[in-house]
Amino acid sequence: MISASLSFRFLLLGALPFLLSACDGTAWNNPYPAAEAGKNILYTAFTGRPKHLDPAQSYTEDEAAFTAQVYQPPLQYHYLKRPYALIPFAATEVPRPRYFDAAGHALSPAADPAAVAYSVYDIHIRPGIRYQPHPAFALDAGGKPRYLDLSPAALAQIDTLADFKETGTRELTAADYVYQIKRLAHPHLHSPIFGLMSQYIVGLKDYAATLEQADKAKSGSWLDLRAYPLEGARAVDRYTYQVKVKGKYPQFQYWLAMPFFAPIPWEADRFYSQPGLAEKNISLDWYPVGTGPYMLSENDPNRRMVLTRNPNYGGETYPTEGEPGDRAAGLLADAGKPLPFIDKVVFTLEKETIPYWNKFLQGYYDASGISSDNFDQAVQISGGEARLTEDMEKQGIQLRTSVATSDMYMGFNMLDPTVGGYTDKARKLRQAISIAVDFEEFISIFANGRGIAAQGPIPPGIFGYRGGRDGVNPYVYDWVDGKPARKSIAYAKQLLAEAGYPGGRDAATGKPLLVYLDTTASGLGSKSRVDWLQKQFQKIDVQLVVRATDWNRFQDKIRKGNAQLFFFGWNADYPDPENFLFLLYGPHSRTKGEGENAANYDNPEYDRLFERMKNMDNGPERQALIDQMVRILRRDAPWIFGYHPKDFVLAHAWTFNRKPNQMANNALKYQRIDPALRERMRAQWNRPVLWPLLLTLLALAAAVAPAWRAYRRHEKETAR
Amino acid sequence: MIAYILRRALYALPILLGVNVITFVLFFMVNTPDDMARMNLGVKHVTQEAIDKWKAERGYDKPLLYNAARQGARKLTDTIFFDKSVGMFAFDFGRADDGRDIAREIRHRMGPSLAIALPVFAVGLAVNITFALVMVFFRASYLDFVGVVLCVAMMSISGLFYIIAGQYLVSKLWHLVPISGFADGLDAFKFLVLPVAIGVVSGIGAGARWYRTLFLEEMSRDYVRTARAKGLSEAAVLFRHVLQNALIPILTGAVVVIPLLFMGSLITESFFGIPGLGSYTIDAINAQDFAVVRAMVFLGSFLYIVGLVLTDISYTLVDPRIRLE
Repeated sequence: MISASLSFRFLLLGALPFLLSACDGTAWNNPYPAAEAGKNILYTAFTGRPKHLDPAQSYTEDEAAFTAQVYQPPLQYHYLKRPYALIPFAATEVPRPRYFDAAGHALSPAADPAAVAYSVYDIHIRPGIRYQPHPAFALDAGGKPRYLDLSPAALAQIDTLADFKETGTRELTAADYVYQIKRLAHPHLHSPIFGLMSQYIVGLKDYAATLEQADKAKSGSWLDLRAYPLEGARAVDRYTYQVKVKGKYPQFQYWLAMPFFAPIPWEADRFYSQPGLAEKNISLDWYPVGTGPYMLSENDPNRRMVLTRNPNYGGETYPTEGEPGDRAAGLLADAGKPLPFIDKVVFTLEKETIPYWNKFLQGYYDASGISSDNFDQAVQISGGEARLTEDMEKQGIQLRTSVATSDMYMGFNMLDPTVGGYTDKARKLRQAISIAVDFEEFISIFANGRGIAAQGPIPPGIFGYRGGRDGVNPYVYDWVDGKPARKSIAYAKQLLAEAGYPGGRDAATGKPLLVYLDTTASGLGSKSRVDWLQKQFQKIDVQLVVRATDWNRFQDKIRKGNAQLFFFGWNADYPDPENFLFLLYGPHSRTKGEGENAANYDNPEYDRLFERMKNMDNGPERQALIDQMVRILRRDAPWIFGYHPKDFVLAHAWTFNRKPNQMANNALKYQRIDPALRERMRAQWNRPVLWPLLLTLLALAAAVAPAWRAYRRHEKETAR
Repeated sequence: MIAYILRRALYALPILLGVNVITFVLFFMVNTPDDMARMNLGVKHVTQEAIDKWKAERGYDKPLLYNAARQGARKLTDTIFFDKSVGMFAFDFGRADDGRDIAREIRHRMGPSLAIALPVFAVGLAVNITFALVMVFFRASYLDFVGVVLCVAMMSISGLFYIIAGQYLVSKLWHLVPISGFADGLDAFKFLVLPVAIGVVSGIGAGARWYRTLFLEEMSRDYVRTARAKGLSEAAVLFRHVLQNALIPILTGAVVVIPLLFMGSLITESFFGIPGLGSYTIDAINAQDFAVVRAMVFLGSFLYIVGLVLTDISYTLVDPRIRLE
């Protein structure tokens, strides 16, 4: 009797939390509020908190996931077309630069780049674009800014941005773009592209010095950049601004598609500069102000970040054309419809892959990447083709793949006396190693087949890339049966012998050849990669010595040219071959001036070709130069070209218009979901299973009951 | 007692200073101010000029511990160490290297950490003590043996296993609670049930076994025999007498951790998506954010000292023979 009553109480107590969680009518394991059920909300995740949301400072992809939805640079990438093409965003058209010589005479677009002293970009923006509602624009009854000059007492009452009860908006003007360009030189912002842009935007370097002096004079109060003109950027009229760039720099257009060149209203800068707000995390770095399709309405980077539709956004429609196959894939079904489709996007912080993946399978995330741990559960590779597993297909999940505009490579330090240098022997040594390190195997083992072995520095999708037989690196591959086949180890050994290391020993001294790999990889997960690499070198009887170190020391070694062989990667800033080929441009050598040429490759012939190629428009002449440069690189082999990673993204059946785009970070506005289908699927997939709960409670009761009986018996026992 | 607390507070100063020095030396042995600047400015297009500016703005352009270029006391005060340490003793933690206010961040994140740590601590303590007393009650029987074996088995399993298995069974297979996430107020309940349950269960093995040992030692004392001879029930003997007399070692282990509870748990918070303080220090170490590292280490050591003082005070509450003088 006692045990039965206890069991019932235990059952009731144990079930209470679950009954409570079920009170809201949603599935018990639904992590979202019941009020959001059936709403037009996209659920996704972020894995690390963004560091900067100020467009002058933000540079990483993690940050671009937010900034690219909020800000509206003049240009953007076409969502569907390939190769990647720039189209207007806030601008009325993609600007065509005008060229001038040193005397200020206009030059024709076909003029010799060497004769161009400066280029002028006239950018016209669309009238009628309005900022998101924000307190910086709020006006009082007299039409004066409501919150731009608050007293210390009023500011002390403020704790979050929501404490500013009134908001306002205003029309976007060309001056806002100029204001942001000036901010790149602001002494407190440390914009990561200031160094680069000061080489191009006329007067930007001197402008930084001017602002620094002005800032000192103002001793910390707001620096109104409107009062300091910049020669290289000025507003021509309300809707037109002009940027003056030194020389010919066609890649500047691509920068105009990045948030660095998004508009910042002076009101926002002034609003956030009021004393005490930054200490409360009320800053432009925390709450961006833009004209884009979404606005950041909740920013708790430890938990979740929420974008909601900017009510003032309009005028943009879904693309009406794409590349062949897009229509059949349903990617043009929404052609011409106004953007964005989704009302709200909830980003939840998921640091671990296991909960992220399981919540995706339960339908609580609309899309997901695939970690190595879950790869076999999601994808099977047959005949080189990636296919979803049966379970995934049953759930209606779709797989989208795309080759990243990235290089993962191993660099030789060309200054090193053993592996560096430009002699035939040195080249043959590097070529032999390039053959031995089998990146097809690496991709298969360590990347689950997600990548393609690189034949050169330019990845597919970028002008200058060549596929097929023409694109094969003839120093590492043969063309066999219609595909590239890695040259034999015997041939690599022969090259090694010709390089002066027969049998992996120095022919002069008889000592074994040791190659040192500097790496930051020291954990357990890295050991298998290191072991694999050592095996690759053993194939040609060369010993690979791994020197593991921390990130700082590794970077220091690379800067000082003390490394011999190292792993590196590069993500494109923009889809232009210049952004890859400059990685091996001599004057960008890391040891000379902290450039991106970590291999310290310095070939005058290559440099001359690069200087000609970088300022050319895409066309046969540029392609010919690129071919020539790639040929030189393949021969000199300063890199083991490694591979171009492939991105695999899974999405549920209720998501539409998802097409991987490696360049456009503002893709959220194109996406559409079917919330009703999602609700049905979630309910179907997440029915609570109650028997284990009941069984556990019964087991507990069963364990307690005999103990209770034994206790009672013990208490009733008489002394013996 | 006040004199005792004041004396302990004075003792704490050199300890905190020592902790600060060690943190400072260890951090800058691994990272230079240039490394910190590079980490903050990003790996692309970073110039030495930008690095120098970043350092100057944050005061990292000074010598670390000794400034030979200055005169008198400024040789010691015009240094990174002095600049970054002096505010700490007034609990002015300043800003993180990304510009965000550290004290605000701590305040914001301590709530979610406590939401897990407090119930795990309180329920875990109660469950462990109860389980230990039950084993003691059935001492030398098969139930005691099974209990000890169970404890050893439970303490041998990694905490991570409990988390992964718990998420797999309860959330993934049975769909009873969300796998991860957090909400404010009462809505947090469904997110906390599983991590708290796992926190409690994973601690039973070590906790109950430790308390069992303490209680068994007490069970052989004369006062237990006297209590039984007076006819007290075994429950009264255990819970009223044995438990009370074993409180000193229990408090030694338990009270000292109370102030540290809000520092959170790295793994639990990461797996369950709890926006607490658990990962704040490790994230800062990875980001080479010295401002956060020194603040968190300072706070941790300060709270540990507070915990030790509280432990001493708690002794006087459970044992009238103890006086703090």
